[in-house]
Amino acid sequence: MDIVICIKQVPDTTDIRIDPETNTLVREGVASIINPFDMYAIEEGVRIKEKYGGKVTVISMGPPQVEAALREAISLGVDEAVLLSDRAFAGSDTLATSFALSEGLKKIGYDIIICGKQAIDGDTAQVGPGIATHLDIPQITYVKKIEKIENGKIVSERMVEEGYEVVESTLPVLLTVVKEINEPRLPSLKGKMKAKKSEIKIITTEDLKIDTGKVGLDGSPTWVMKIFTPPKKEGGKIFKGTADEVVAELMNEIQNGFV
Amino acid sequence: MNYEFTEEQLMIREICDKIGKEKIVPVRAEYDKTGEFPWDIVKILSESDIFRVYLPEEYGGMGGGCLEMCIATETLSKYCGGIALAFAATGLGTYPLLLYGTAEQKKKYLPDIAAGKKLTAFGLTESNAGSDVGGIQTTAVEDGDYYVLNGTKQWITNGGEAEIYSIIAATNKAKGARGLSAFIVEKGTKGFSFGKKEDKMGIRASVTSELVFEDCKVPKENMLGRKGAGFMVSMKTFDKSRPGVGAQALGIAQGAFEEAVKFARERVQFEKPIASFQGIQFMLADMATKIEAARTLVYQSARDVDSGDKNVAKISAMAKMFASDTAMEVTTDAVQIMGGSGYMKEYPVEKMMRDAKITQIYEGTNQIQRGIIAMNIIKEGASI
Ligand SMILES: Cc1cc2nc3c(=O)[nH]c(=O)nc-3n(C[C@H](O)[C@H](O)[C@H](O)COP(=O)(O)OP(=O)(O)OC[C@H]3O[C@@H](n4cnc5c(N)ncnc54)[C@H](O)[C@@H]3O)c2cc1C
Repeated sequence: MDIVICIKQVPDTTDIRIDPETNTLVREGVASIINPFDMYAIEEGVRIKEKYGGKVTVISMGPPQVEAALREAISLGVDEAVLLSDRAFAGSDTLATSFALSEGLKKIGYDIIICGKQAIDGDTAQVGPGIATHLDIPQITYVKKIEKIENGKIVSERMVEEGYEVVESTLPVLLTVVKEINEPRLPSLKGKMKAKKSEIKIITTEDLKIDTGKVGLDGSPTWVMKIFTPPKKEGGKIFKGTADEVVAELMNEIQNGFV
Repeated sequence: MNYEFTEEQLMIREICDKIGKEKIVPVRAEYDKTGEFPWDIVKILSESDIFRVYLPEEYGGMGGGCLEMCIATETLSKYCGGIALAFAATGLGTYPLLLYGTAEQKKKYLPDIAAGKKLTAFGLTESNAGSDVGGIQTTAVEDGDYYVLNGTKQWITNGGEAEIYSIIAATNKAKGARGLSAFIVEKGTKGFSFGKKEDKMGIRASVTSELVFEDCKVPKENMLGRKGAGFMVSMKTFDKSRPGVGAQALGIAQGAFEEAVKFARERVQFEKPIASFQGIQFMLADMATKIEAARTLVYQSARDVDSGDKNVAKISAMAKMFASDTAMEVTTDAVQIMGGSGYMKEYPVEKMMRDAKITQIYEGTNQIQRGIIAMNIIKEGASI
């Protein structure tokens, strides 16, 4: 079974700043981590392999420094790592990113693709479903448990607001996972040694033979108008007094249209 | 500070630090309170390959030695000296096998120890045999293909939780220390049971138990080293394990020191952080200096052990003694710097002070260490 995990390197959220000029995240001098939701995807991929056998590959798109994130994934039990890296990818929005990743995935081969439910920097939750759409395969989002994988099918539980749904799908499939699915392991010493020695395979637009107009800024219809820190909510109004007084005062406010 | 660690040694430190911060700190106070055995952390340590660091590659280890053992022990002890001992005492229980085991014995036991599937323990002490190993009453009597063990060991770390025990018993009582032999005894062997579990001052996450042998038949092939070599097995084991006790002490001291620095910078009295008072500054300076001196000594002793040098008794004793005395002083001063807060269980330093004390007592009290150091000095003096 070929399991592929899509991960993103993101700035550590404990240190977020926005450049007021460009409306983008300030990345210089900010520590980078693997998107926390992707840690659950990695763990689940490794667990599937441990239970059913197969190979786990991790893929990411980004500048060369994303290698560090890919090596960390290897230290957690992933077998191989692939990085889509090319100047032409710079500035890709979720559409272009999911297109590029889907092309990379076609090259690697896959039975199960796992993504975190969303990235903590953009918070869009669009790339996973975007990849499934580009590949024209089924997707199960917000997976909180994989019940079984057999005979080319997967049965999983997906979180919904009122509880969960049990969803069966054929393979290949794309899953996005929530943090309830598992508790990611810590890196092992053997894993870290392997990560240090592993070769990270770099794939460019040329390797993918894709139209560069479909990736990067050119392939990105999204325009970010403005990013800003939302103003702090002001505290609510507190009515004090006896129950009768308070109710009367509240009614008065409602009638005057303040609430 | 550059301790000239290899990349692998740095990785060991990094992994143990992560385990300490993320997994041990949230649970250490609770384990200290309940005295339960920290199996969940042991599992994490085994999954992270930490039990492999000091064992040979051919038996599933990572090929390191005493220094790797010390780095892991120090780093884990910074977060909890008690939890770290589940690992460190397994080192103590494994050294006799590593040093004196036959290839078959090693092949049989080491891979599971390396994988962290089985913990080990070292059983020497008895009610009448503490510092004086010659007082051992537990006997091992030859009977066909077996030795039959009878007697009680007390205060054995990992007792009851470990699967593999290195036991020192008298094969010839009349000969005292020269009549001792070492055996591997597996948990579950008929006639081997566990007695009282101790309620302790510190390292409460570590279990300390009685081992009871009642006509316990141990196969002859489980003897470690030759018959009558039990005392030597113990002493050579301690030569290699004492840097580890030093490392445990060092970690505890470092943990307390960092808490004290943090507190001193934040606590305001007389309209100033207490760190601005010279009385506090000088304490911090002394603490840091002693820790650094202890660290250098611990690492040097571990490197000497790893170099294959046969005469490591003195430096191992020095490292254990100096680091443990340092830990006691530093943790006591950390409580002092933190005042009433330091005395409260809300902060971790009162526990660290309780945990530090044992390092001056076990694997030979610090009086015994001074005796070893002095004996070696006098012996060396003969050749000047
Ligand atoms: C928590 C804990 C865990 C332990 N774990 C283990 C274990 O895993 N395996 C194991 O075998 N043992 C273990 N021990 C036992 C430990 O090693 C002994 O307690 C230690 O060796 C001291 O022996 P004792 O307590 O009988 O003290 P004693 O030997 O009775 O000593 C009492 C005092 O007299 C001093 N003294 C004794 N002889 C001399 C001398 N010749 N010169 C000067 N002073 C002397 C000592 O320094 C000490 O201050 C453990 C003990 C504890 C408390």
